[in-house]
Amino acid sequence: MAFTRLAETGRPPVAFTVDGIAAEGCEGDTVMVALLTARGHLRREEFGGTPRAGFCMMGACQDCWVRLADGSRIRACTTPLSPGMDIRIDTPEDTWPTLA
Amino acid sequence: MADPRVIVLGAGPAGVRAAQTLVAAGLRPVVIDEAPRAGGQIYRRPPPGFTRSAAALYGTEAGRATAVHEAFDALKAQVDYHPETLAWAIWDGVVHAAKGATALEFPYDALLLATGATDRLMPVPGWDQAGAWSLGAAQIALKAQGCGIGRRVVFAGSGPLLYLVAAQYVKAGAEVAAVLDTAPKSAQIRALPGLMARPAVLAKGLVLRAKLLRAGVPVHQGVTLTRITGSGEADGISWRDARGAEHHIAAEAVALGWHLRPETQLADLAGCALRLDPETRLWLPEIDPDGRSSVPRVYLAGDGARLLGADGAEAAGRLAALAALQDMGRPVSAAEQARLRREIARMDRFRRGLVTAFPWPAAQAAALPDETMICRCEAITAGEIRAAVTGKGAKEINRAKALSRLGMGRCQGRFCGVAGAELIAAAAGCGLDEVGRIRGQAPVKPLPVAATPEGAA
Repeated sequence: MAFTRLAETGRPPVAFTVDGIAAEGCEGDTVMVALLTARGHLRREEFGGTPRAGFCMMGACQDCWVRLADGSRIRACTTPLSPGMDIRIDTPEDTWPTLA
Repeated sequence: MADPRVIVLGAGPAGVRAAQTLVAAGLRPVVIDEAPRAGGQIYRRPPPGFTRSAAALYGTEAGRATAVHEAFDALKAQVDYHPETLAWAIWDGVVHAAKGATALEFPYDALLLATGATDRLMPVPGWDQAGAWSLGAAQIALKAQGCGIGRRVVFAGSGPLLYLVAAQYVKAGAEVAAVLDTAPKSAQIRALPGLMARPAVLAKGLVLRAKLLRAGVPVHQGVTLTRITGSGEADGISWRDARGAEHHIAAEAVALGWHLRPETQLADLAGCALRLDPETRLWLPEIDPDGRSSVPRVYLAGDGARLLGADGAEAAGRLAALAALQDMGRPVSAAEQARLRREIARMDRFRRGLVTAFPWPAAQAAALPDETMICRCEAITAGEIRAAVTGKGAKEINRAKALSRLGMGRCQGRFCGVAGAELIAAAAGCGLDEVGRIRGQAPVKPLPVAATPEGAA
């Protein structure tokens, strides 16, 4: 389930998109926090397609890589959210490797 | 003759104090750190614009955390500081690093590795679901981002961090559904003599536990974790109490961890010998009391060498830097070295007390059902690893890795390697010394394919 904001809630909003849908995080959020405050996962595991959200949050496990619309991949737990980020999670080109 | 080039890898408590000691001796060390701000994980600093006080962030350790941060801020003009820079390989006296898509090379005369640690994990069936996190992750979410990993959280595993993070969540206003400690109460009582080496730290631990009880958080000791439940996203945890009764607790997230394991890949790539420590069942770099590795001109300090905690890391960082200076023929204070060695010896007695108090549940690996995911990256189950051992005779872990793909994924075995070795040892009926450890491989973390050299730094 989703993250919950417990402190530092007075920060200015930052707009971005997930699979083309408008979303909002806060200035200073990591991409991981911006995503997981609104949803329970941020990618699908390559082999079985099960949801994954990340695990270590310190850049060691590499479980939280997400794709941007330009094809680049970022590690969500160590990448700061920036305005206008165009993140792709469940669009067909991102899920095809897991389709049987 | 030009000053020797000394590189400090990592800017946590050990790296900061090492750099400070080198600067005090008149050197200008290179400091390479993956994080955007110095402090390491335990004293991690939130991004600019966050407003909580040090007391709110670091509790009883606020003074120490602030001192480490201020010490490094004061050094910045006197070191060659490379934040957000990944050191990904070491060979022939050169650290290979990458900052974004720029490749950097740092030749060194002396190298001080302060690479820290990550959580040590024992897989639990269902731990590969979204919403199962490491304890470290739960703490970082709160400290660095002001977030809980869920509104209602279970903390499970064992070790000092288990109680610390649970108490931090209570303080921040999250609901802690339970603390499930796999260590029996008897282990903690048995550990008291060792823990008395640092009475103040022991007292802090007892205060944390009292706070949890006062907040009404159920704390269960001597439990067995049987399954993280959910259908893709975690929704609770099933566990068995010390008497064998089955229970289930609903939660939005589960944080897991059994103390820490040192990050040794770079030491391994630098050629440092590692040795199995029978007490912790971890492979640790061989060091002398001052932090000299088995390789000349390579020094180790902090949790990456011995799990002494943040203040132990500060002392070890100073001492290793003094060893490097001494080996370069620089004058060092023998009294200061003796004082630091005594401090570290006391912390080491406490460390051994923690090992007794919060034992790694090694036998749990053998009990894991075949379908349990062990390697999260490559989706390799306990049954697949056992088949590599019993069907193909792969007793040595790198052989088992080649045959099963255990530990071959992006985390390079950081989160499955320790438990994987236990699983192999149990299946093969041999000791961890025969199983060995997953070899360090460059790059130690993924690099952008487009990384291009900037030229020797």
